[in-house]
Amino acid sequence: MKKLRRTMMFCPASNPKMLFTAQIYNPDCIIFDLEDAVAYAEKDSARDLLCEALKVVDYGNIEVFARINALYTPFGETDVRELVKAGLKNIRLPMCECSEDVQKLERLIEEVEKENGIEIGTVKIQCAIETPKGVENAYEIAKASDRIVAISIGAEDFTRSLGTDRTKAGRELFYARTRVVIAASAAGVDSIDTVWADVSDMEGFTAEVRDAKNLGFSGKSCVHPSQVKEVHRIFTPTKEEIGKALEIICAAKEAEKMNLGVITVNGKMVDFPVIQKAERIVALAKGAGVYKEEE
Amino acid sequence: MIGQAGREKCDDVLVQVNIDTSEGIKVDIESKVKQLFGKQIEQSVKEVLYEMDVKNAYVTLKDEGALDFVIRARVKTAIKRAKGGVK
Repeated sequence: MKKLRRTMMFCPASNPKMLFTAQIYNPDCIIFDLEDAVAYAEKDSARDLLCEALKVVDYGNIEVFARINALYTPFGETDVRELVKAGLKNIRLPMCECSEDVQKLERLIEEVEKENGIEIGTVKIQCAIETPKGVENAYEIAKASDRIVAISIGAEDFTRSLGTDRTKAGRELFYARTRVVIAASAAGVDSIDTVWADVSDMEGFTAEVRDAKNLGFSGKSCVHPSQVKEVHRIFTPTKEEIGKALEIICAAKEAEKMNLGVITVNGKMVDFPVIQKAERIVALAKGAGVYKEEE
Repeated sequence: MIGQAGREKCDDVLVQVNIDTSEGIKVDIESKVKQLFGKQIEQSVKEVLYEMDVKNAYVTLKDEGALDFVIRARVKTAIKRAKGGVK
């Protein structure tokens, strides 16, 4: 079953409590942040905390990522060396601009895997695209390594690099967001939408999550536990959608037996793309645990 | 050479490690749960010191209910800071 990445909840790795409570909010993924959320003087202590947490805390089925510091900073390489050794399986690479950035990280990961007797290829990568150059190279980045499971758009750094501000309407992000979705889809990896920083504005957040789903994103970054439920609600198929999808799949199977091509279900034409969409809905529902085969 | 890590805040522990000593290992613990978990805390501290090849150290802990992994992490960071040169 495909791993769902509807929610990626950011938590500062410098906060001891978050390291053992983040999982109670049940996001699909947790990103423990060693980068922007951690003060320069505490980079080392946050890394040590996360290493020790990874050794003992049971995060269950939640996929745990660490947002490392960029490899051009004094901390990035040590982040990779110590965290992979401690058992980290997923790394989010910030400020990724080209395939060379990914390959540099890949070489380092492979070296650390070899040094520690970890099977080569164990550690997966998510690339954060946060600059205009990164957006232009989105497909190249998404295809740069077999380790890549997702690419994401980071709006705050992107708008800063572009010399503009983030607005509620988000027109300044439209091209970058769609570019990331299409690059990810073409490369066969997940696409994760940017954060919504104004935690108090749930209405604006909901609108952006719906927009992200409609654009084709696989999931959304969250900065607060309260955002997780809302993303899951929007990204998880409803009972009605699941019912319709099952009806289409069932009719398609019958049509196949009778060697029929195009069929109609409830008066609507059903062809191959419609069947594939229905199958995707059922797969999503299974992944989210809201539908089981025997139902 | 003294290194410090952590905070006197809930779920955390403030650790100070002085490796400028030649009198073996000495651990001082201030904690509301010292009566119950003092020995385990001391054991964790000693294990980290051993793993990091520290044979002489005076370690003080002001514990605010930190879990074992937090104590280990803070001791590790404090040792690295005492030794210096770690980013």
